[in-house]
Amino acid sequence: MRYMLLLYSAADAGPAQGSPEQAAEMQQWFAYTEELAKAGCLIGGEPLHGIDTATTVRVREGKTVTTDGPFAETKETLGGYYMIDVETLDEALEWAAKTPLTTYGSVEVRPIMEIPAAAEA
Amino acid sequence: MQQSIVAQVFADEWPRLVATLVRELGDIDLAEDAAQQAFAEAAASWRPDNTPNRPGAWLLTTARRRAIDVFRRNSTLREKLGRPVSEAEAEASGLIESAGDGGDQPEPNQLLDDQLALIFGCCHPALNREAQIALTLRSVCGLSTRQIAAAFLVPEATMAKRLVRAKDKVRNAGIAFTVPARDRLTERLDSVLAVVYLIYTEGHSASEGPALIRGGLCDEARWLADLVADLLPDQAEAWGLSALINLSDSRRAARVDEAGQIVLLADQDRSRWDTDLIEAGRRRLHHADDLDDPGPYQLQAAIALVHAMASSAEETRWSTIVTLYDHLLSFEPTPVVGLNRAAAVSKAFGPAAGLEALDALAIEPHAASELDSYRYYHAARADMLLRLDRSGEAAASYRRALDLTTNESERRFLSRRLADSESR
Repeated sequence: MRYMLLLYSAADAGPAQGSPEQAAEMQQWFAYTEELAKAGCLIGGEPLHGIDTATTVRVREGKTVTTDGPFAETKETLGGYYMIDVETLDEALEWAAKTPLTTYGSVEVRPIMEIPAAAEA
Repeated sequence: MQQSIVAQVFADEWPRLVATLVRELGDIDLAEDAAQQAFAEAAASWRPDNTPNRPGAWLLTTARRRAIDVFRRNSTLREKLGRPVSEAEAEASGLIESAGDGGDQPEPNQLLDDQLALIFGCCHPALNREAQIALTLRSVCGLSTRQIAAAFLVPEATMAKRLVRAKDKVRNAGIAFTVPARDRLTERLDSVLAVVYLIYTEGHSASEGPALIRGGLCDEARWLADLVADLLPDQAEAWGLSALINLSDSRRAARVDEAGQIVLLADQDRSRWDTDLIEAGRRRLHHADDLDDPGPYQLQAAIALVHAMASSAEETRWSTIVTLYDHLLSFEPTPVVGLNRAAAVSKAFGPAAGLEALDALAIEPHAASELDSYRYYHAARADMLLRLDRSGEAAASYRRALDLTTNESERRFLSRRLADSESR
């Protein structure tokens, strides 16, 4: 089954920008990604720029409304994702627990909805 | 008559049957449906003089056949399970063919694993507590949706929705029905034991609702706790919980009088305690003890055992109980455990010492506010004050406890005590 690991953390949580701790964490992310790839579970994954770069778009009554910022003001925001392919939820949860941010942030694990081939045609 | 043969077989065979079918079919709904149909056929065809030699094997073969029927008819299900019908059919037919005439059942070890896997799956931490409880009662205990709804005092439609949501999450999120790896077993077991204990307390604490059905929940919880312990012989806390429920349940008949009033432990007719359950609890606690891995359920069971061994409230070894609560506090440093300890202190060392212990609990503001909203705190306090002849303060505490109780028979009990303290 495919799962999305959605990586959430608060802006002020975790190692500070440019600190040696952050550099060390980067190494952990690289190692984690490599481990996923070696296990044959990695489909993809990227970090995202911060919410100060976010733009939200809605179309209401035919009009496009563009606003600065994320769609909802929350303390913990989405900072990146992995898509993985494993057998069970338990395996996905094991991988989620291993990400470097779980000690200060949260990982939401969501199964990918499989669209049956018949419905696509 | 045939009904009762099937009913006898049901308790033993239902969880084994569902557990095996969940492994083979990979879907809990399908497994339950097939099991239910197999039991319905058994009820219709078994006769006292004509019952299969191995009822379990008969039920399994029948259930496998019904599962194939469902597969053939239900294309949505095939899609949900993400496998072509031919593959699933081939698999299921293979199972039936290999079954031969009498049908085969999994090896004993596989059967144990299947049952554990079913229990761990139903209590998976990815499900919320309500869902875990409902799913466990449905799939492991074999209670109907109607029975579970009645036991939890919710409309049947509400419980049905809860079960559907739980099963949808199991299926869509990919919750596997497997025994957790060794290094995860203890933390996963915590959630299983919590579910079993909640089923028990739900059945035991509330006297609102039809008493018989609630008693049924106690039976299910005791059966479950025994099963989990038997399946995990080296898990001390599983045996601790099983001991605790056996010991606590031994007092069921004495807990409520003929008028439906609560009878406190001190006033219970001890000849009505169930000595078989006490003995079972004692043996189970000894087994846990031998594993040398103490925990909160074992300590609570030990406290229950001290009560069970006493011929009267006065003869109870209260100082032992205080020591056990001290240990329990090291595992669960909660105001409620502290409250129970203070009550034991008042019995062991007098109401003044008990009151002192209670006051010490309420020093911390967070604990104080939690205790203030807890009716047993005010009732315990009132009790100690009354014993110290401070009847005015006692009456005030009884009134506060009365304000907080929603339970009819508790209300009557507290009203009597309030009248007592006002008449002094």
